[in-house]
Amino acid sequence: MTSLALIIVPFVLALVALLWRDERSRPWLLPMAGVIHTALSLTLLFHPPAIAPNAWLGFDPLARAVLPAVSVLFLCCSAYSVAYLRLRSERPNRVFVAGMLAILGLLSAGHQARHLGVLWIATEAVTLAAVPSIHFNRTARALEATWKYLLVGGTGIALSLLGSFCLGYASLHGGGAGDLTFAGLTAQGTGLSRPWVVIAWVLLLAGFGTKMGLAPMHTWKPDAYGEAPGIVGAMLAGGVTTVAFTAILRVRAVVDAAGAGAMAGRTLLAIGLFSMVVAALFLLGTRDFKRMLAYSSVEHMGILAVGAALGGPGVWAALFHVWNNSLTKGALFLSAGNIRRAADARTCDDVAGMSLRTPVSAAVFVIGMLAVTACPPFGPFFSELRIVRTAFESGHTAAGAGFLGCLLFAFFGLTRLVFAIVDGRPRAAAAKPDSDKARETPGIILPPLALLACSLLLGLATPVVLQEAWTDAVKLLFPTP
Amino acid sequence: MIELSNLLIGLAMGLNLMALSSSRLPSVIRAAAVQGMVLGVLPLLLEHQFNWLIGLVSVGTIVIKGVVIPGLLRRALRAASIDREEDPLLGYVPSLLLGAAAAIGSVVLADALPLRPEDAGSLLVAGSFATLFSGFVLLIGRSKAIAQVCGYLILENGIYLFGLLLINTTPLVVEGGILLDLTVAVFIIGIIVDRIQRAFDTLDTRKLTTLKE
Repeated sequence: MTSLALIIVPFVLALVALLWRDERSRPWLLPMAGVIHTALSLTLLFHPPAIAPNAWLGFDPLARAVLPAVSVLFLCCSAYSVAYLRLRSERPNRVFVAGMLAILGLLSAGHQARHLGVLWIATEAVTLAAVPSIHFNRTARALEATWKYLLVGGTGIALSLLGSFCLGYASLHGGGAGDLTFAGLTAQGTGLSRPWVVIAWVLLLAGFGTKMGLAPMHTWKPDAYGEAPGIVGAMLAGGVTTVAFTAILRVRAVVDAAGAGAMAGRTLLAIGLFSMVVAALFLLGTRDFKRMLAYSSVEHMGILAVGAALGGPGVWAALFHVWNNSLTKGALFLSAGNIRRAADARTCDDVAGMSLRTPVSAAVFVIGMLAVTACPPFGPFFSELRIVRTAFESGHTAAGAGFLGCLLFAFFGLTRLVFAIVDGRPRAAAAKPDSDKARETPGIILPPLALLACSLLLGLATPVVLQEAWTDAVKLLFPTP
Repeated sequence: MIELSNLLIGLAMGLNLMALSSSRLPSVIRAAAVQGMVLGVLPLLLEHQFNWLIGLVSVGTIVIKGVVIPGLLRRALRAASIDREEDPLLGYVPSLLLGAAAAIGSVVLADALPLRPEDAGSLLVAGSFATLFSGFVLLIGRSKAIAQVCGYLILENGIYLFGLLLINTTPLVVEGGILLDLTVAVFIIGIIVDRIQRAFDTLDTRKLTTLKE
């Protein structure tokens, strides 16, 4: 029942947001949803409920391993959004608030989906619910970003639906009764028709990979992340991508059971490394610091795919990395939003010396950048270390070496840009420190700090309950025969 | 029944070629609309026993794909006062040839794939692949936003055709959810097309080139 509340509460509040008349008080619905959602998901994290094996929705081990990260991220973003929407009071926020709440509800449904059709419906509805939020600024640039997001995302939607149908047909052709729950499909195992499973895997990897932003399907990402408000970027990079990743993990378990796991592993490894290479190259070239975050996100999606390709221990590390990526990226997006607003520009050609204009945000941005490029003692260092170690231990030496090389180039690219905008003398266009746009109120400073603190906590003392949750999820995905 | 459904699927494949070869946007919209209506009738022929939910899905598909969405697109067309796609990224003859090649290739491919005995005589798989591919060609080969939306509609019709293979086993709740998602997708795309028209005063997506490295 609590697990259903995770889905229903945000939807009810979204409805309230649509009906609420007062612009100034409406944003408070977001932190309200954030607090309830986080409380519920943490309760479920500590007391996992029993679920019927064939239930369509349920807080199963995989949901338990990932969904609380989304709750924490949403809580911090929602706290930030109250101050943010006050700064942007010239824009109506009805659709924005309702859209963000719908995203939260649909993310909860997507993470808990145990049925192929339900999973598709939830993940694709998230894509659509994000459209008004990306379009929030209503500039020509935001419109262009939205159009590209819709076209690329729409094609991804279509491919993953076709893939789902192919997987369903694999079951029918193998003599199944049409039970499309993941438990049912896994139980059918090698009874699934092999050619259709392979086709389904390719289509689903391309479809959900588009949503994750794996190269070469990542083209919507820099545009959308560059033009959307920081909170939306944080939710897309830390929430929507994770639901697509768990979808790939669930499908992969079925493909594994059907006896095509080696093929799935190889394709994941190839696409993951390719994403990391593409991201590293673009990170060395880009001059826009919000687009930089998008390429960094492509890189981290590549890291997740590589982890998932390496079997049980790799998936464990990838689940750990999901948490690190969500929380650290959140801190980066929120602080980048502060800097962008104060500087009123977006490239390193026009922005410099932000450590003097917005000292706290600049500090969070620099520390977040170090965390995301895997500097100890932050969480990403430990999860990426585990992935590298698993790669070398399982004999994927070349892949491990390529992985490290990409991390190094990404580090060069990120530091180059981050220090260019933080260091030096402020440009004339930047807002004065005492102006409204540059003032660092607690409302816009504490949320990214909190996210950074969570990332540090994950690195220094990874909570035991989370480690258990990841172990259980790996057991669900790779049941020992 | 299978002959009749194959006839309709053949008709849908013909409409693909019509959409690919036409330079006038209203006829591209008409092709996509008629195709949507043809596909709406198919579930009634394929379902073993009549059931009111299937009827509802069928009527819903016909109304939404055949009337509502094409109506929205025609309105956008009138507002933008354009009639033809002047210089597509991919010419009409090459697109038509690609479409024809896709139709033949799909029949060959469907033959090569393992199918259930009851689906072996049906054109569903071949029609689905051909329609998907034609939609894809329209989506990437045209520069006007409306033609791209039509491409997306046709692509979606192809997937719908494939989905009909599973119609006897998938629960209707799931089918309804899928149909709803796709409808909302096209509606949102329509709204954004309208905004592009107002903001840029054009529906030529080649004007959308500010964002790049």
